[in-house]
Amino acid sequence: MLAMYREVIRIRFLMMLAYRVNYYSGIIIYSINIGAYVFLWQAVYGGKPSIEGFSAIQMATYIAVSWMARAFYYNNLDREIAEEIRDGSVAIQIIRPYSYLMVKVFQGFGEGLFRLLLFSVPGMIIVSFIYPIQLTADPIVWIQFLISLLFGFIVNVEVNLIVGLFAFFVLNNQGILWAKRFLVDLLSGLIIPISFFPSVLQKIFAFLPFQAISYIPSNTLVKGLSFDKWLPAIGVQFVWTIILAFICWGIWVKARRTLIVQGG
Amino acid sequence: MVQLQIFGQYLKQYMKARLAYRLDLIVKFITDLISQSFNLIFIVVVFGHTKQLGGWSQAEVIFIYGYFLLPWAIFGTFFNLWSFNDRYIIKGELDRVLTRPVHSLLQIIMESMTPESLIGVFTGLAVMGYGASQLDLYWAWYDPILLIVFTLGGVLVYGGIFIALTSISLYTDSKTDIQPIVFNVSNYGRYPVNIYNRIVQFVLTWLLPFAFVGFYPASYLLDRGDWRFYAYLTPLVGVVYFAIAVLLWNRGIRHYRGAGN
Repeated sequence: MLAMYREVIRIRFLMMLAYRVNYYSGIIIYSINIGAYVFLWQAVYGGKPSIEGFSAIQMATYIAVSWMARAFYYNNLDREIAEEIRDGSVAIQIIRPYSYLMVKVFQGFGEGLFRLLLFSVPGMIIVSFIYPIQLTADPIVWIQFLISLLFGFIVNVEVNLIVGLFAFFVLNNQGILWAKRFLVDLLSGLIIPISFFPSVLQKIFAFLPFQAISYIPSNTLVKGLSFDKWLPAIGVQFVWTIILAFICWGIWVKARRTLIVQGG
Repeated sequence: MVQLQIFGQYLKQYMKARLAYRLDLIVKFITDLISQSFNLIFIVVVFGHTKQLGGWSQAEVIFIYGYFLLPWAIFGTFFNLWSFNDRYIIKGELDRVLTRPVHSLLQIIMESMTPESLIGVFTGLAVMGYGASQLDLYWAWYDPILLIVFTLGGVLVYGGIFIALTSISLYTDSKTDIQPIVFNVSNYGRYPVNIYNRIVQFVLTWLLPFAFVGFYPASYLLDRGDWRFYAYLTPLVGVVYFAIAVLLWNRGIRHYRGAGN
């Protein structure tokens, strides 16, 4: 069973490797986006030493880290699933001897692993030459970050599965996919750290899964969270992975019963 | 005149096709609105931590963003060239276009236009209006005229850059990723350019002149004299970039050999 999923990861990884040229331009695009926000926040900081517990350098680092982390957790599983539901090929996938959703998850992981090694790492090196960024050398913080990043990936995949499976109930969910992308980018803390939002919004966000995707991992690395502060943060991520897994499963069970293949 | 009639015919056909899927129209409108309101939320959150951004107040930055949406919406209506390579080169649709007696670029613009994107103009005006309502702006009688001229200039800048980049496909049939790269640079133009360093400012003014799409004209309408010279240049820059793009396009069409056998 596990060997099969390892194979899924390997195939996706190799598939991505075949199109690796596409990723060089991706690094440039991410660097440009990081630049826009770095400049903007530099202007906001002006002479101020720190805002909401972030120094100007930490802010620049946060932006760079969160974008490069996005390269790892970002995938189009939602669109892939929606398309397979719409063109009916999901019916074939379901009768195959593996779990449809788990295969999707591991495909996403293969893709993420590829981007982590060939996009995020070189991208981070390039970006750290261009912009004023300071990364910690403490290996423990890096391990904490990687664990948190993995949880961020899982939460994001689960959100994608849920949104993708919506195509079972709404036959055209293109709009939902788009809206979700904006929503995740804003509410996950990719563009603005959650602690910068007005406190009312922060209280609302605390009940949403999105900050587990980007804010918690990036904050872990940039602030070098101590172990006793990191543990509750990772706990929040863990709880969300469980809750969302149940929601996923519930929708999946219900969806299979209502499956209508259009034109099938 | 004939071209105008053809344009009308294309528009009618498009509307028929579009109205068959009314829900799609509404969905697109709502997602556009969401993305624009998120950009506004971003500005508001940023200004929760500072009084000014490079000397610009929140209302002014909102005004600049609102202004930027005007040329952006018109550009989005007529220049949907993103899938040109796939649709016209790889699938060979360009051969069909070239056999017809209307200019190839005009045909492609008409085939890929999305008139519903024009709603963005109203969103932009509303955002601008909101920004202006919190400012004490002086409007001369000719300012509305300049607003229109500047907007069209911005559309030409945008259109020129992306037509030029699209025409690369006519010279080489391999895919280039330069369009999305430049597209992401264009986002820089909707914030005051004086927050960027000199190199970025130079690029946004003279190489990829996106500052003429949003910031320079908006700063003029905000009664800031410092960039007046650049604001006046907007239509000129637009015409120059668009002319270069059309020349590149025409040359590319002569160069075009087709992708397959």
